[in-house]
Amino acid sequence: MSARKLGLKQRYALMTRGLDWETTYQPMEEVYPYDRFEGIKIRDWSEWEDPFRLTMDSYWKFQAEKERKLYAVLDSFAQSNGQTGISDPRYINAIKLFITGVSPLEYQAHRGFAFTGRHLRGVGPRVAAQMQSLDELRHAQTQIHTISHYNKFFNGMAEWPHMHDRVWYLSVPKSFFDDARTAGPFEFMIAIGFAFEYVLTNLLFVPFMSGAAYNGDLATVTFGFSAQSDESRHMTLGIEVIKFLLEQHPDNLPIVQKWVDKWFWRGHRVLGLVAMMMDYMLPKKVMSWKEAWEIYFTEAGGALFQDLARYGLRPPKYADVATAEAEHISHQNWCTFYQYTHAAAFHTWLPTAQEMDWLSEKYPNTFDKYYRPRYEMWAQMEKDGHRFYNMALPQLCTTCQIPMVYTEPGDPTTIAFRQSMYKNERYHFCSDGCKDIFDAEPEKFAQSWLPVHQIFQGNCGGATVPDVLDWYKLKVGEDNLDFGQSPDRKTWDEWQASKSRLAG
Amino acid sequence: MAQFASLTLQQTDAARPIIEAIIADNPGVRVLNMPGAVKLDCDGKLTVNRASVEQRIGRTWDPQEIHLVLISMAGNLDEDDDHFTIAWRH
Amino acid sequence: MSVIAIRPDYEAHTEVRDRLGNFHGNQVVYVHWEKHLSFCAAIAFPLPPDMPFGAFIDNVIKPHYAPHPQAEAIDWAAVTWQIDGADATPDLGKSLAENGVGHKSIVRFWTPGLDGYHGSAS
Repeated sequence: MSARKLGLKQRYALMTRGLDWETTYQPMEEVYPYDRFEGIKIRDWSEWEDPFRLTMDSYWKFQAEKERKLYAVLDSFAQSNGQTGISDPRYINAIKLFITGVSPLEYQAHRGFAFTGRHLRGVGPRVAAQMQSLDELRHAQTQIHTISHYNKFFNGMAEWPHMHDRVWYLSVPKSFFDDARTAGPFEFMIAIGFAFEYVLTNLLFVPFMSGAAYNGDLATVTFGFSAQSDESRHMTLGIEVIKFLLEQHPDNLPIVQKWVDKWFWRGHRVLGLVAMMMDYMLPKKVMSWKEAWEIYFTEAGGALFQDLARYGLRPPKYADVATAEAEHISHQNWCTFYQYTHAAAFHTWLPTAQEMDWLSEKYPNTFDKYYRPRYEMWAQMEKDGHRFYNMALPQLCTTCQIPMVYTEPGDPTTIAFRQSMYKNERYHFCSDGCKDIFDAEPEKFAQSWLPVHQIFQGNCGGATVPDVLDWYKLKVGEDNLDFGQSPDRKTWDEWQASKSRLAG
Repeated sequence: MAQFASLTLQQTDAARPIIEAIIADNPGVRVLNMPGAVKLDCDGKLTVNRASVEQRIGRTWDPQEIHLVLISMAGNLDEDDDHFTIAWRH
Repeated sequence: MSVIAIRPDYEAHTEVRDRLGNFHGNQVVYVHWEKHLSFCAAIAFPLPPDMPFGAFIDNVIKPHYAPHPQAEAIDWAAVTWQIDGADATPDLGKSLAENGVGHKSIVRFWTPGLDGYHGSAS
């Protein structure tokens, strides 16, 4: 009777606090070896406040309910052949990029939060990190499960874990998480919990998943929003961790600021793939990348950093550069995949006339001036029977591992080249942001496994493009090249033909 | 610059009474409809009241049930038996 | 050491994967045709350091940029060059190394009068 009357706050405190103890057989320093070397000073772990007062019993109850809803949708999607009802078959290529590039990160996040949950000695953050670890595993599993249905009908998805570890452009998201997971637990929390989850993942999971809904992909929108409902909890963990560190000791501020700067920029680079998915790979558009950036970074991030200013934290360095790049990044990335279509595990295409008009409208400052002519030139070349391919391998940025395609701030006609010398070796970067990150930790980034250099060293199956594609398990003529001539297109056309036969 | 406290909810039957309660209880709320989702923004603070949702659905409602339809949020959270509030002011 | 690591001997356990010795006698050279961003980035090649600069132009640069409609119109005598950020006048008979092109050097070139498709830098 009395337990029922306890308020949420008391109930939560009873069920989550006082569960730990001071060890006696081994010194605490030995039990928690990782929570000091980063220089973060914690005076009192008990000052941690959980914003979501979700106890383990409620957690299981709500998660089970979410799973039931999700799997009901997946079943009915499969039973009703939902894959035939999407807006346009080009859309599936965004899903290929998702399963090869994003879902493996969910698994990495699962492992990272499991590690963090083990190694932070405060009980509050430990419980929160453990829940997040379970969530991330759930996200990986539900995404694999959902997308497995598309894998029965379309190419490019079957070898996703193998590809994630090997394919050149997938080294971008992979190395991003490798970097976070080889950092200490506090940096991991700021990198993934704050910079990625709080500041940036909305851009992926809200407008992109809304786009999935708009394009008839009931399965993806459902796993997306199911995952995102956990994400809200993760976001509050991210914001709590940063407030906690900044409140604990003034010496933490410069360390946290350095991590915020680093991980904002790294996240911005990784999300360039999402920019391209939104502007080019969703046949029906919800909003442009630039509009999404304005809502989710300029406005939401602005409110956040205004709030954090009371701790002396300033907005991430180069946030202005990232905002200016929102005018260009999706176009520059799509142009890259168009010319390397032979080496990509999804299909590419030139935007249609109608799509180009949409891009002109959404990017009045840049599209017609810099990118429309490029597509028009390539369209002319296709028409003349000389489809444009880049048959050399690109120079990569040592930090983000993206081909060095980004242009000088203020000059979209000139590639930004940045260099650093470290121990008589020359290293190249796409931006001041990536150069600063290297310069702060050269010992770490000098180890970069850059796919282009690895190919030259003979570590990727051979010296020719077909050798390397074979090593990627990328099937030439099925997984790669333009959508127009693809087996995917043929499958789709057969479905449409059978529909019209029924109609006739 | 305005500091929008924000909630994004799914466009589903389960979320609709919550969305209605938010619109009724938070004057000046800005509503952004997207396919499958709705984003609700309010300068400074946004509250979901238990009583207000219960009045619409005709049964008891635990504010933590919002977990089932929540997509995203912005602001500092304060959660209690009677409300679910996000705010930027202190 | 500027990386913050739990072990003080962190760097002793690292491996610099791009060092010259890993490329089987070659060095990595990057080249970029300015104002022609149809080629999205500089392109990379493993090349012998003793390759003459003239052979680098004829056997590496020309064939890889040939797909661009403006490639045929390049007046190679008028091209201006930069090697690692400094203006350069390469001696075509001398090797890459003798021209100052080292491991992971970037060679950029400008083609006067040719600024991409319809002057759009594409």
